[in-house]
Amino acid sequence: MINIVSCLLPLFEFDRATEGLLGESQRLAKALGGSHVVVIAGHAEDSKVSAVAEYADRLIVAEHSDLTSYQPELCLSVLRSVCASLQPHAILLGSDTYSQELTPRLAHRLGGCSAGDIQSLAVVQDSIHATRPAYGGKAVAVLDMKTSPAVVWVRDRSMEVAVAGEPAKIERLQVEAENINTTKIVDRRSEESSGQRLEDASIIVSGGRGLDGPDSFEDLRQLAVTMGAEVGASRAACDSGWITHSHQVGQTGKKVAPQLYLAVAISGASQHMMGVSDAKIIAAINTDPDAPIFKHCQFGIVEDYKQIIGPLQEKLASSLS
Amino acid sequence: MKILVCVKQILDPEIPPRDFQVDPQCLEAVRGSASLVTNIFCENALEMALQLREQCGGEITAISFGSNSAEDSLRKALALKVDAACLVLNDLTPHPASSVVARVLAAGIRKLGEFDLILVGRESGDWGAGQTGGLLAEELHFPAVSFVDGISVEGDSITLQRQTDSGIETVTAKTPLLATITNNDQNVPRIPKTRDIMKSGRKPMTTWSLADLGLSANDLVGTTEIVDLYIPEKQTNCEYIDGDTINDKIDAFAKRIEDVIRTL
Repeated sequence: MINIVSCLLPLFEFDRATEGLLGESQRLAKALGGSHVVVIAGHAEDSKVSAVAEYADRLIVAEHSDLTSYQPELCLSVLRSVCASLQPHAILLGSDTYSQELTPRLAHRLGGCSAGDIQSLAVVQDSIHATRPAYGGKAVAVLDMKTSPAVVWVRDRSMEVAVAGEPAKIERLQVEAENINTTKIVDRRSEESSGQRLEDASIIVSGGRGLDGPDSFEDLRQLAVTMGAEVGASRAACDSGWITHSHQVGQTGKKVAPQLYLAVAISGASQHMMGVSDAKIIAAINTDPDAPIFKHCQFGIVEDYKQIIGPLQEKLASSLS
Repeated sequence: MKILVCVKQILDPEIPPRDFQVDPQCLEAVRGSASLVTNIFCENALEMALQLREQCGGEITAISFGSNSAEDSLRKALALKVDAACLVLNDLTPHPASSVVARVLAAGIRKLGEFDLILVGRESGDWGAGQTGGLLAEELHFPAVSFVDGISVEGDSITLQRQTDSGIETVTAKTPLLATITNNDQNVPRIPKTRDIMKSGRKPMTTWSLADLGLSANDLVGTTEIVDLYIPEKQTNCEYIDGDTINDKIDAFAKRIEDVIRTL
């Protein structure tokens, strides 16, 4: 029996990311002629469990009395235990930070191999090949996942969504766990008091080093409000202290997947573009027609942003109202 | 507190895309005129180790697995006054998989002695795999916390702050522990003094070969293998919005943005 496992973590959301993760697992299972097994670690709302069932051949809810919210060592131990019994060919996780930290450790415990930031998976002569960016997005690497299981976290938001079918029966399993008290998450607080997470935003207005300073971000914020957008920034702008690092987009910041990314005074260094490679449409405002950002744009305007932002905001305010 | 920091030397990630080439035979980037630098997240990790030592004392050891040139990254760490540096020379495999790196580092660390805290950059600026920290924790049977940007220590209790999707988390842990480090405003790497750079060249450095660590050829077979590496073709043709006056241009640009927003 060939099993491809999707791992969902405690309190997961049934959102675009989860749909993309389930979709990629479904396609891989199909390519290998196997089953798609969804493993939900820990506590999940019944409505979400039922929603997921339509995309799974098997659905296992792995329960542990302490796993009401995510804890790294406990979640790892529970997932290892369930996955070991399934002997999967591959285990797919999402792009959230928890999944990212679990991936290599779960692979090691199961005697498999691991990789992250996977854009696509393919079956090539019975082995699983994983495609991912390398060198800050300047290159693309293909990895042969040589030992089983291949444990990967994928770019879920940019993957095609899963296809619904006959709902799988929900199997509930009580799982024993070991060595779980060595670390404990004792506090969680959200960074942004208002607004949406950048990762979930469908429109982002982002500013870079070409801006004039922190005040320019105020202008960008106003434009963002008009557009229903969140505000992002390049590393250079964050490092200059113009805006907090929680807004940073790029290889060392957040990886976003908006429908529209408006880059204002951002040159488009590859480390920045790595954070927006899943954006659907990129538009730019920049004084330099040769700025690398325009190579990634669908449309752009070569002007000083200072001449543009104000009138643009006014025009959009009236046309979108 | 005995702290170990893993340091990786990489090809300067800031080289512009137009100067970037890959070698289709070796499946790695062509060095060209690019310089070699210490991976930024390793520098953040080193900075955090130095701050910890200032707060609660202890010793810092830096370890690197790489070619001869990786000595430069370790010399820089010595210039920042780490207490010891160890280079494991990679004389066998050109671009080792993360699984191999973790196994080699684990063998080196065991030979160096016991550590309370191991700091690893969250990912590297070249391959960006982000696997080594987690794999190393498993090799050493250490608990691990990822994306850490703040650490405080009291006795054998460690409190960590880390960045997650939803914000900031506080994690409590006991030693021994491995943490992967991400960047924030507090761990911007300091610059070594010129005098300390001069002195670092004369400081002792432990250098081991893979054979010194008792690793067999089998240990150096990766669980993953790079089978292709290429520069992606950019298909996008930017439409530069034009117009007789700047007002016309802004009108046209606003219209395009409006059209996109209306489809959402």
